[in-house]
Amino acid sequence: MATKGVDPTSVSGKMPTVDETVELLVVGAGPAGCSAAIEGARRGLSVILVDENPVDVETMNEHVPLSFGGRMTGAVRNRNAMTEAVLAASPLIADAFEAGVDVRLGTACWGLFVATPTAAWVGRPVAGLVDADGVRHVGFDHVIVATGSRDMGLAFPGWDLPGVMGAVAARRLATVYGALDARRVVMIGSGAEALLSVLDLLAAGVSVAAVIEVADQPVGPSELVDRVAGQGVELLTGHVVVRATGGAVADGVAGLVVAALDPDGRRIAGSERSFDCDTVALGVAAVPVIDLLESAGCRTVFDAARGGHVPVVAPGGATSIAGVHAVGDAAGIWAAKSIDPEVAIAEARRAVASIVDGSPDSAEAPSLPPVDLDGTLKRWVQASVIDADGASHVCQCEEVTARDVLEVRPPRYLGWEASTQKPTDLRTMLGNGPPSPDQVKRLTRAGMGTCQGRRCREQVAVLLALEAGVPLSDVAVASYRPPVRPLRLDQMTDRREQPAMTEHWQAWFGIDTMWLAPWELGADGRPLEVDDD
Amino acid sequence: MTDAMQDRPTGTDEPVTGADVVVVGGGATGLSAAWWLARAGVDVVVVEAGIVGFGASGRNGGGCTHGYSPLFLEEQRLWPMMDDLLGYPTEFRRERVRIAFDEAQMQRFERMREIGDRLGLRSEKLDPGQLKDLVPLAGDTSIGGYHHAFGGHANPHRTVQAYAWAIQDHGGRVLQHTRVEGFRQAGGNVTHVETTAGPIACQRLVIAAGPYTGVLSAMLGAEVPVAPARAEMIVTEPLPLMPLGGVDGNGLYGRQTLRGNLAYGGGPHEWFDLDDMAGRRPQSSPVTRGIAKRVAELFPKAAHAKVIRSWAGFIENTPDGRPVIDRLPTVDNVVVATMSSVGFGLSPASGHAIQQLVTDGACAFTDLTTFSLSRFDGLDPNWRRELGWVRSGPNPESPDVG
Repeated sequence: MATKGVDPTSVSGKMPTVDETVELLVVGAGPAGCSAAIEGARRGLSVILVDENPVDVETMNEHVPLSFGGRMTGAVRNRNAMTEAVLAASPLIADAFEAGVDVRLGTACWGLFVATPTAAWVGRPVAGLVDADGVRHVGFDHVIVATGSRDMGLAFPGWDLPGVMGAVAARRLATVYGALDARRVVMIGSGAEALLSVLDLLAAGVSVAAVIEVADQPVGPSELVDRVAGQGVELLTGHVVVRATGGAVADGVAGLVVAALDPDGRRIAGSERSFDCDTVALGVAAVPVIDLLESAGCRTVFDAARGGHVPVVAPGGATSIAGVHAVGDAAGIWAAKSIDPEVAIAEARRAVASIVDGSPDSAEAPSLPPVDLDGTLKRWVQASVIDADGASHVCQCEEVTARDVLEVRPPRYLGWEASTQKPTDLRTMLGNGPPSPDQVKRLTRAGMGTCQGRRCREQVAVLLALEAGVPLSDVAVASYRPPVRPLRLDQMTDRREQPAMTEHWQAWFGIDTMWLAPWELGADGRPLEVDDD
Repeated sequence: MTDAMQDRPTGTDEPVTGADVVVVGGGATGLSAAWWLARAGVDVVVVEAGIVGFGASGRNGGGCTHGYSPLFLEEQRLWPMMDDLLGYPTEFRRERVRIAFDEAQMQRFERMREIGDRLGLRSEKLDPGQLKDLVPLAGDTSIGGYHHAFGGHANPHRTVQAYAWAIQDHGGRVLQHTRVEGFRQAGGNVTHVETTAGPIACQRLVIAAGPYTGVLSAMLGAEVPVAPARAEMIVTEPLPLMPLGGVDGNGLYGRQTLRGNLAYGGGPHEWFDLDDMAGRRPQSSPVTRGIAKRVAELFPKAAHAKVIRSWAGFIENTPDGRPVIDRLPTVDNVVVATMSSVGFGLSPASGHAIQQLVTDGACAFTDLTTFSLSRFDGLDPNWRRELGWVRSGPNPESPDVG
């Protein structure tokens, strides 16, 4: 029986499995991550650097970690070739090897577990990693999260066709994997990151037919706009996507139809134009990848100048959780940082310095130009998602339309016919509070699919802000939870589960008196004496 | 019972200054009680510190099979009618299958069979082969199990929101993001609930605030012993629908949802102190790997299925793990309720019981004696330490650096 004073069915006396330990774990081998790893090794720390690329094709087809739109060549099935490609594309990775960093490609970090008062049993921080050989736990003293950026989804008729992909995804396939199966792209969005994608696509030999921008002016800096225009790419401002059209089903997108908007944001009749293309790249917003940070409990804030929801960080990258740092795009995205990798590299070096020197960060936060992210994203969602035919699935995984979200409709498979006298909508659910994407998610299922909300969560947030008439900054970030990359049940299984965990595992607390029927209890509510008969 | 259609308040109306009954707590228990009261024509307001169902009520396995409860028969009577009664889908489905992998599990399931027999509810013992016929994802390594023609499962999120909307349909009000800060008393009664939205006058009060039930009752001079803990669950991608979704065992509770996801929990909980919850959301931990292991064992044909998220929840228990539904002894007009971690499935019935206590002074459909608060009279103030329900290891320094 139990040692008095210890509940054996609780986590007391148990610890997470730890397969190995390291002083510094760096997640993401982009410029910031590699620089952090190299600097850490240079300063005498043991360092593990993990990067999920090359990602296996099954995961890519699930739109994880980016929406690849099926536009991968067959080369992505050859993991050795893809590993070579990743190495060739990123010379800093080789530098990291040479600096003594334990570099692990094809290794994703799916969770960071840091002790908090309500999850104290974790003890020393642990990261969950997964690669082709399985899942392991790495104990760490410090983690630098350099997980980069991803794309915001944007629904319109035909956006579920193969060939509609993210701009970051297109850029990654083209420049890192050398495996982008696209010949002619239309870019949606004209921010710095979208324009940089266009330039990289052109350099990779992909034709770019046009850049479509809903605002009256291009969003990105003029130097990039001029470079794109100088390459012969047409930039249509004041335009919105009407629909993507398909050719033969398996090939997906064959064309894109756009229309001009009047000053009130309405489509101008007769202004439609068609572009032949096999790929539509969604570049309306580059989103900081904060899944590991937010799921670990780091405080986040909506900062329009940094691309939206970002971790609260000191200038040296320290988050609100001791031992957890964020650098690079994961800590915030702005045009100057996207244009010059040295900005992110400097962040990485400052983070390592603050870890090794242990001194409070004295750097100043960069003063950033204001960005009207609220206006930009609302314009796009209003023009594309709402003013479209309403049948497009904002959440493709769970088949949820914009109207379903705004009317908080249950999924169609329930066969539920709402009473016309009892309409549900956000107002009746929100009452006196700000919109909650988590609450809407629970009821509509938007964001509950296998892409883990990557394609829809920003769209849902903007829809809620539009409907409630509040700024985007009033809409809380929808919570992230581990595993932030899907893991198979048999992968996630801990084959080194501790005996203490196994021996005392219960389905639901180990309170014997919970499982007594009324006739087994006395008038005083206490268990009756048990007779052995 | 007339189904009064009234303009549903949107919460942007005038502030709420009073109601006949104020219900503190917007989880399944408080909402169900408020719905029953509203159906009975009582003017009721629910005060919820956050969002309805964001506590344990929205984070559980959706099970409706706690046959040990004096509320169980009423719950079983009501669940099949809840969609129609509420006017919104709950996804309730009947029956439960339990699969055992060792003798200890089998004995526990046999207990449920005995209880069912006593209540006049049917169970059938199954061998592994029969289980495989009934449960397509099951495998060959179990030692058998039970099919209970009672119990079942529902969707916690949908059910909680259904209660809230139904309350509003009946003219009741639900105030979210409104925290209770205290109570005003006069003549042995609570006269007002002090909230962050101002005072709300009340004739009668229900406290059904989950882990906060104890501290709120203490404001009224009453001891309601509860201890908070954290529990976790995982969910997989959708799988082909099995004929019965209410399948668990192997140290797990949970179900296959109507969408096809496998949603399961189990394993060690974590005790902590109420103050630890402030400003913190429940987080899952590596216990999820133990859950994944057991789901793969329970459903070998689903071992390849991807886990796409996890979550955790904060849930309270009383010292004997059984509910309290009783009047507070220190004031005349307050009913307190904690369902001690078995609340969701029983909620149609617990709400009914609370409503009857409020409006009639007694529950007519079952004997609530075993839920009395007085059974804890004389409880050792150090009861948590006696039971070992203490936080694991040293309190970590707050990891927040500012």
